[in-house]
Amino acid sequence: MHQKLLLSAKEIKIILQRLACQLVENHKHFENSVLIGIQPRGSLLCERLHQILIEDYQLQNIKAGKLDITFYRDDFRRGDKVLKANETEIDFIIENKRVILVDDVLYTGRSIRSALTALQSFGRPSEVELLTLIDRRFSRHLPIQPDYKGRQVDAINDEYVKVNWQNKDGEDAIYLLNN
Amino acid sequence: MKELSVNNLLGIKYLQPEDLNLIFETADQFKEVINRPIKKVPSLRDITIANLFFENSTRTRLSFELAEKRLSADVVNFSAASSSVNKGETLIDTVNNILAMKVDMVVMRHPNPGAGVFLSKHINASIINAGDGAHEHPTQALLDAYSIREKFGEVKDKNIVIIGDILHSRVALSNIFALKKLGAKVKVCGPNSLIPKHIQSLGVQVEPNLKKALEWCDIANMLRVQHERMDNSYFPSIREYVQQYGLNKTILDQLKKPITIMHPGPINRGVEITSDVADSEHSIILNQVENGVAVRMAVIYLLASKIKQYEN
Repeated sequence: MHQKLLLSAKEIKIILQRLACQLVENHKHFENSVLIGIQPRGSLLCERLHQILIEDYQLQNIKAGKLDITFYRDDFRRGDKVLKANETEIDFIIENKRVILVDDVLYTGRSIRSALTALQSFGRPSEVELLTLIDRRFSRHLPIQPDYKGRQVDAINDEYVKVNWQNKDGEDAIYLLNN
Repeated sequence: MKELSVNNLLGIKYLQPEDLNLIFETADQFKEVINRPIKKVPSLRDITIANLFFENSTRTRLSFELAEKRLSADVVNFSAASSSVNKGETLIDTVNNILAMKVDMVVMRHPNPGAGVFLSKHINASIINAGDGAHEHPTQALLDAYSIREKFGEVKDKNIVIIGDILHSRVALSNIFALKKLGAKVKVCGPNSLIPKHIQSLGVQVEPNLKKALEWCDIANMLRVQHERMDNSYFPSIREYVQQYGLNKTILDQLKKPITIMHPGPINRGVEITSDVADSEHSIILNQVENGVAVRMAVIYLLASKIKQYEN
């Protein structure tokens, strides 16, 4: 297996700072906006952004949650896909809120479709935006595009983008894996 | 492990400890789902489930139906009282006729022990046993163990006593299998006439004295006396049963520590348990009912994932 470093820890840091900055630009004090990370990997990115917003912008009151989409997937009973659900942790109401969905890699768009359906169980948001760290172009199955993106990547289908996080995998790094 | 080792839930006996843990972990997520403003997920929107109840039930049937509906499955109900069973149709014929209408999964309660196992050998659909005679009631045992896990963190090394009519109880048998697989210590307590012979071979101890049993345990699971399954007298009178095996506040107050009280329902208040105990802060009877829906959702979801309709 080949692996190519797409982004180093330093580059990731710069990108996260920029994404946080863009969020603040659009949502100012976040009075009516919430961050929701898609489980399992998107919520790690969400936590990091949340931390930057608190530390660098003093936005202590931002609400952040984790959303699991397992029960909303459109590939249930179609092969050996993930069956086991992760925790959902949304202890606020999203009715009339501006929701920022956060995921690490945007690929086919199907996870985001599932997440949009799952969100409806928690109320009717006034607006939903999408933030992804990696946007894999040319691989979308559905008409879904990110509002905020870290880096655009042209990867072919049998390649795989892996995002590692310091607190989970021991380093901040993004790799392109090739079988 | 991401999949159950079985295709049907016929009894706890056929499950591995990992299966139990997978069901519990999945039920944790469903418990969160059923506490949302919208308590429904679309996972099973292309699955049809038939609930076949050849014996009366309120709680189990409602709980299954709610679980199915909250998973977005299509549900058909059948009860023996209003069906062609009375006209002499056999079980296999009844079920095959229902399956001909394209049903993917069957939830069955039947008065005969082994009805689910028998059916599984003859039909091609997932079967969930919702109680077969005095044999097994697997989902009840799962929700009981889940409720213990929820309250105590884990089931392992807990002392659990099952009190009452062990002989006629499918709940007792399934509970014993489940609790032993999870590493708990189990005793049974009741009049000798209502304790099955050789029950020790399942790895449980018999304690005929209620007081001693309660002093030993962390959790007491109270069972109803099943008069409808009794063909002769197993004890002299209800009054005598209540005096020896009825759980009341007086006896609980004499214990050194508070114990957790469970009951699978239906409760005969004033017989196996008094009202003040059933409604006390140490009773988790209503938590059991709430957990029942989440646990059944987990079982149905995990079994449904093994019905692969879209493979070539």
